[in-house]
Amino acid sequence: MTLAVQFTHVSRLFGEVKAVDRVSIDIQDGEFFSMLGPSGSGKTTCLRLIAGFEQPSAGSIRIHGVEAAGLPPYQRDVNTVFQDYALFPHMNVLDNVAYGLKVKGVSKTERHARAEEALAMVALSGYGARKPVQLSGGQRQRVALARALVNRPRVLLLDEPLGALDLKLREQMQSELKKLQRQLGITFIFVTHDQTEALSMSDRVAVFNRGRIEQVDTPRNLYMQPATTFVAEFVGTSNVVRGELAQQLNGSSLPFSIRPEHIRFGDGPLAGHEVQVSGLLHDIQYQGSATRYELMLDSGQTLAVSQANNQWQTQALTYQPGQRLTARWAREAMTALQETALHEGQ
Amino acid sequence: MSLTLDKQAPAQSDSVLRRFSNLLYRRPNLYLALLLVPPLIWFGAIYLGSLLTLLWQGFYTFDDFTMAVTPELTLANFAALFNPSNFDIILRTLGMAITVSLASAVVAFPIAYYMARYTSGKTKAFFYIAVMMPMWASYIVKAYAWTLLLAKGGVAQWFVQQLNLEPVLHVILGIPGIGGSTLSTSHLGRFLVFVYIWLPFMILPIQASLERLPPSLLQASADLGAKPRQTFMQVILPLSVPGIAAGSIFTFSLTLGDFIVPQLIGPPGYFIGSMVYAQQGAIGNMPMAAAFTLVPIVLIAIYLSIVKRLGAFDAL
Repeated sequence: MTLAVQFTHVSRLFGEVKAVDRVSIDIQDGEFFSMLGPSGSGKTTCLRLIAGFEQPSAGSIRIHGVEAAGLPPYQRDVNTVFQDYALFPHMNVLDNVAYGLKVKGVSKTERHARAEEALAMVALSGYGARKPVQLSGGQRQRVALARALVNRPRVLLLDEPLGALDLKLREQMQSELKKLQRQLGITFIFVTHDQTEALSMSDRVAVFNRGRIEQVDTPRNLYMQPATTFVAEFVGTSNVVRGELAQQLNGSSLPFSIRPEHIRFGDGPLAGHEVQVSGLLHDIQYQGSATRYELMLDSGQTLAVSQANNQWQTQALTYQPGQRLTARWAREAMTALQETALHEGQ
Repeated sequence: MSLTLDKQAPAQSDSVLRRFSNLLYRRPNLYLALLLVPPLIWFGAIYLGSLLTLLWQGFYTFDDFTMAVTPELTLANFAALFNPSNFDIILRTLGMAITVSLASAVVAFPIAYYMARYTSGKTKAFFYIAVMMPMWASYIVKAYAWTLLLAKGGVAQWFVQQLNLEPVLHVILGIPGIGGSTLSTSHLGRFLVFVYIWLPFMILPIQASLERLPPSLLQASADLGAKPRQTFMQVILPLSVPGIAAGSIFTFSLTLGDFIVPQLIGPPGYFIGSMVYAQQGAIGNMPMAAAFTLVPIVLIAIYLSIVKRLGAFDAL
């Protein structure tokens, strides 16, 4: 397998601030790769380093084997879908899409034909004569996508492109983007702060925190086997148990993660592969498909428990706040975690 | 607790001021009317009214012999604009207004670009002040100062001498339509002073239009493969055209109407502004002055329609 993008010990400093701190990643050719993290974690800076809008302070970036440090954006075989779409307001949709071909000197008939083709790909045939202001947010997003794809890049960079869309449209675009990526077979590098989005679309996800990568893995592994306390808490919801209680339950002083949906309430004899704790029921949140309970443990920690509401009958509410409950889970469901080091600046 | 507090609130609205502001809130049109009446009276009655009165006087008759103005309506004054001597004044002024606008745009653009894209905070404030400071000084003092700077033996000539460029200056001053006996009595000198005086009016609108340009547009252009020159021609320049148009409207109309610079710097011969001044001041021919006043108005209307047809306002 060839590498589409390779970061080797890449750093990007803004004055004293390490926006990207010694990051190394290998992104495979044809992969749907997501960069996930809170704002200011360095994921967008990494994307801009690949696009060429930023230059690394240290380290090497290779795009399809070619060293990219020092190359301006217009000499890189990558294209970007911008967060604000960045459509040219003085050009109509067709000219926007054809722009990349125009600056490369492609003839007018050919570039218009290819722009029409790209517009058809994003289901916007016939919109060529409109100006960007006449389009809805979702349509602008598609134009931005068509404009980036018309150059037939080997790597497509997407900078939180769905952030401004409403939920239904966002879900629709997620599946369309995934379909498009499979169909074109090119590498998509997708930056997002939305963990659901990253999990549902990606082949692999890199989780960023304060300029560094915490973990790079498949969505399933990221969720089921988080490597650090940060990943466990950022990807999905998790109970991170530390200290004496961790020692007592998992037999190790390392913190461990247990997902709320892997915990059940129960009394009676404890199965051999299970552990249990008890506490007072402190809060109940009905969330539709599941109900979330918060248990105040005797040690003072809280424990979130999520129970699926997968029976169609109206279930009688069996638990009351203030009630003492025993929570149980399988030993295998616990994942030992590395404590995320607090970098300078925290 | 908070519910009982809320109940008391409407009861307090009995003061006159409160009732008045409630009335304005319920009747937004009344509010708008109150806001707009004073400026509309000012603009409509005082400004437009007096302008129309002035133009109306262009139809009055001026008796060359008795020097008296009689309210007998005639088109003779407007027809007189096309006399060779008067038409010459119009062409001379128009030519100067166009060249001054073009040169101002060329000089202003790089400064405006630098201000908009490369400065922030204190540096930006410094540039704003640097651009506007010349406007704080008296316009007439500046124009007089330039007559001295450009005069024979003045600073400009001294610089030219130091650079051993006197022969070049001599050749330039020899070109008809541009030159004159010295810089301060040449068309070139007049042009330089006009560009100097109106430059801030060109820089600020261009700067504002470039400031509104999102950086992501320039990045998108580069990302799609455009070299810097292409990004400039295809994205930056078209999107700054409204700013250039706005600035050129200032430089164009200010040059058309100016009557001080043409008197102080450059060769003899009237500009529209100085002609109006002479007609109504020295000669007392108010009808002819009024007819001349119409010329810049018509020229600017034509200019605006050309600029609009070129699409300058499409991106607004």
